[in-house]
Amino acid sequence: MAATRTSARSAGAVKAGAKPAVKAAAKPARGGPNGLQFTPEQELEAYKMMLLIRRFEEKSGQMYGMGLIGGFCHLYIGQEAVVVGMQMSAKQGDAVITGYRDHGHMLACGMDPKGVMAELTGRRGGLSKGKGGSMHMFSKEKHFYGGHGIVGAQVSLGTGLAFANAYRGNDNVSMTYFGDGAANQGQVYESFNMAQLWKLPVVYIIENNRYAMGTSVSRASAQQDFSKRGLSFNIPGEQVDGMDVRAVKAAAEHAIRWCRDGNGPYILEMQTYRYRGHSMSDPAKYRTKEEVQRVRDENDPIEQVRSRILKGKMATEDDLKQIDAGVRAIVAEAAEFATNDPEPDASELWTDILV
Amino acid sequence: MPTNILMPALSPTMEQGKLAKWLKKEGDKIKSGDILAEIETDKATMEVEAVDEGVLAKILIADGTENVAVNTPIAIIANEGEDVGAASSSQASAPAPKAAVVEVPAELAAPAVVAVSQAPASPEIPEGTQMVTMTVREALRDAMAEEMRRDGDVFVIGEEVAEYQGAYKVTQGLLQEFGARRVIDTPITEHGFAGLGVGAAFAGLKPIIEFMTFNFSMQAIDHIVNSAAKTLYMSGGQMGSPVVFRGPNGAAARVGAQHSQDFAAWYSSVPGLKVVSPYTAADAKGLLKAAIRDPNPIVFLENEILYGQTFDVPVMDDFIVPIGKARVHREGKDVTFVTWSIGMTYAIKAAAELEKEGIDVEILDLRTIRPMDTDAIIRSVMKTGRCVTIEEGYPQSGVGAEIVARIMERAFDYLDAPVIRITGKDVPMPYAANLEKLALPNVGEVVAAAKAVLYRS
Repeated sequence: MAATRTSARSAGAVKAGAKPAVKAAAKPARGGPNGLQFTPEQELEAYKMMLLIRRFEEKSGQMYGMGLIGGFCHLYIGQEAVVVGMQMSAKQGDAVITGYRDHGHMLACGMDPKGVMAELTGRRGGLSKGKGGSMHMFSKEKHFYGGHGIVGAQVSLGTGLAFANAYRGNDNVSMTYFGDGAANQGQVYESFNMAQLWKLPVVYIIENNRYAMGTSVSRASAQQDFSKRGLSFNIPGEQVDGMDVRAVKAAAEHAIRWCRDGNGPYILEMQTYRYRGHSMSDPAKYRTKEEVQRVRDENDPIEQVRSRILKGKMATEDDLKQIDAGVRAIVAEAAEFATNDPEPDASELWTDILV
Repeated sequence: MPTNILMPALSPTMEQGKLAKWLKKEGDKIKSGDILAEIETDKATMEVEAVDEGVLAKILIADGTENVAVNTPIAIIANEGEDVGAASSSQASAPAPKAAVVEVPAELAAPAVVAVSQAPASPEIPEGTQMVTMTVREALRDAMAEEMRRDGDVFVIGEEVAEYQGAYKVTQGLLQEFGARRVIDTPITEHGFAGLGVGAAFAGLKPIIEFMTFNFSMQAIDHIVNSAAKTLYMSGGQMGSPVVFRGPNGAAARVGAQHSQDFAAWYSSVPGLKVVSPYTAADAKGLLKAAIRDPNPIVFLENEILYGQTFDVPVMDDFIVPIGKARVHREGKDVTFVTWSIGMTYAIKAAAELEKEGIDVEILDLRTIRPMDTDAIIRSVMKTGRCVTIEEGYPQSGVGAEIVARIMERAFDYLDAPVIRITGKDVPMPYAANLEKLALPNVGEVVAAAKAVLYRS
């Protein structure tokens, strides 16, 4: 097994303490003899989920424009391959936690699109009864722990989720997502230290979309290779093409296995890109239109899968059109529900403050 | 000239200790660096090291003597052949301590007994219950140990809580009983371990997060407020944070501005938190047990100066004090003192002085700051018509200000005088002993405030 072989090599490097296994593994070796290949089922699964997130976010953007969604609304468009590839490798009981750009994570965890959208519109059928909003949704059932608005806070919290798994002696892991911006917060390193000290099963997934709000990585980060951010704690890490869902899944398999086997934390830097602004109110003047267009044209995560499916004759254009129609129907239903569902009852103001 | 060796202070708050053992005997030659004796407090055992050379001419305090006050001469060092009479006669004007102390690994030292006036029993204690005397420190430890025996999801995490046995020895013995899985030493990383604890609580565990002092909780306040207090609401009731943040709060003694702050007002302003701050050992035990079982995030504010004080604690299988209920510490008819934690010490002393002048004080120990037992305050104020609040925190937006507002809203017509707030002064805590004393409330201020609301001079 490739994962086991890589684990053993990395473990040796970490234990020796001399040279942490950052970027130790050559990416093409991932995924066994077939490299990064997906089965047709996996390609279609990834395609459907990424498309759901894309269409859902496009609809969110529209509804924001119509005044149905208020406040902050951070769209995940462009980054879909990251959470989809990661979640394809997760198993029941693995915890997920992320920051405020969280709609995609919730959908990938299997949370109800109607509930997510109704939360965006602040309605009583929202996953938090309309009291959380875009940045604050949770699901005990799906082991999704939010939805956190303070940049970096989810990293300590996610380390705590891993602590709980270690405490209970189960083999579940914590998938802790954060961005290149959050990676500069102090508590990230406090968490890295404890996670490695206590060998906590946490995969730190750094979604490097190249801009922390309007500040590019090069203007904010002395070390721009985020896979190396755990180096001084001997946490292995690697850079992953976060626009290729197969590369994400292969890296996820390895990292999750590393954690489940009791080796401690693992860092995955996902090199990705967000097409939209930081939030709906961000005109994104800090980058050129051409830069965005180039990524969309050359590197779009959904287009990559689509073209492989067609080239490999895993499905026809018509099949894909049908999938697209199905996804649009789910999103339309969610939007319909979120538009017509009533606002929370006024009495809800005073509930859920204390248990 | 002979030199006195004085009983050293081992911590900012130590007032007395036990002279456990002499390691030198009279007539022994002493050189600088020799270990002369071991002394014990309720927190630690320490060695007294000689800084002068000579002969141990006379031992003034015998092995095993308890309650030796700091700065009491314990021995005399003389030059060889020197007469020691001169030294013993000049004890009263002894200069600063001549002994240095060196910390040795903590032993399970017997707690020093410091007598305080006994509080009336809480209403939670059935009549005829057998009582045992213990320190607040021991009561807190017992509360944690009992709850950890009862529920495997309860664990303690913080700096020095395990191997060191607690920076203030509150977690003494827990590591030995529950092991390193459940009593966890952290790096110095308050923001990180507070967040880690809250995350574990999201996943259903019940962490007790110790801050070595609440001053350090400011590093972690984002997780206390944004992560712990708000998640239940933000999740529409799905996900709570059953976590206890505990540790000493407020001023200790001579530790300066950054280590001397009362956070009762800060945390009590946050919906989603409960804030508990006991005075007696019985309340410390019963409330901490209640806090650990409570499914909500609790800020449990202790006080370093109270740790060593002793009180009666009921011998009961499962002694729980409900959160949110004040306790009438002393009934009276003339004026109400509303206070809690260390504030009680000023209230009790002031009430005793006022009694001599025929003024009958009712003392209400709030015990919980949030949710505040407003009914108990109003009941008492309706009876006495006069009120003084006492706290060590800052005056602006303090807990006293909140109490005054509630009294005005609900019992304005019952007031016979404006309420007076006794608080810490509106300054960062100074270091100098005289200035520190001025910065804190004192009994004289409380007595004067009581007379002022009674229009008596």
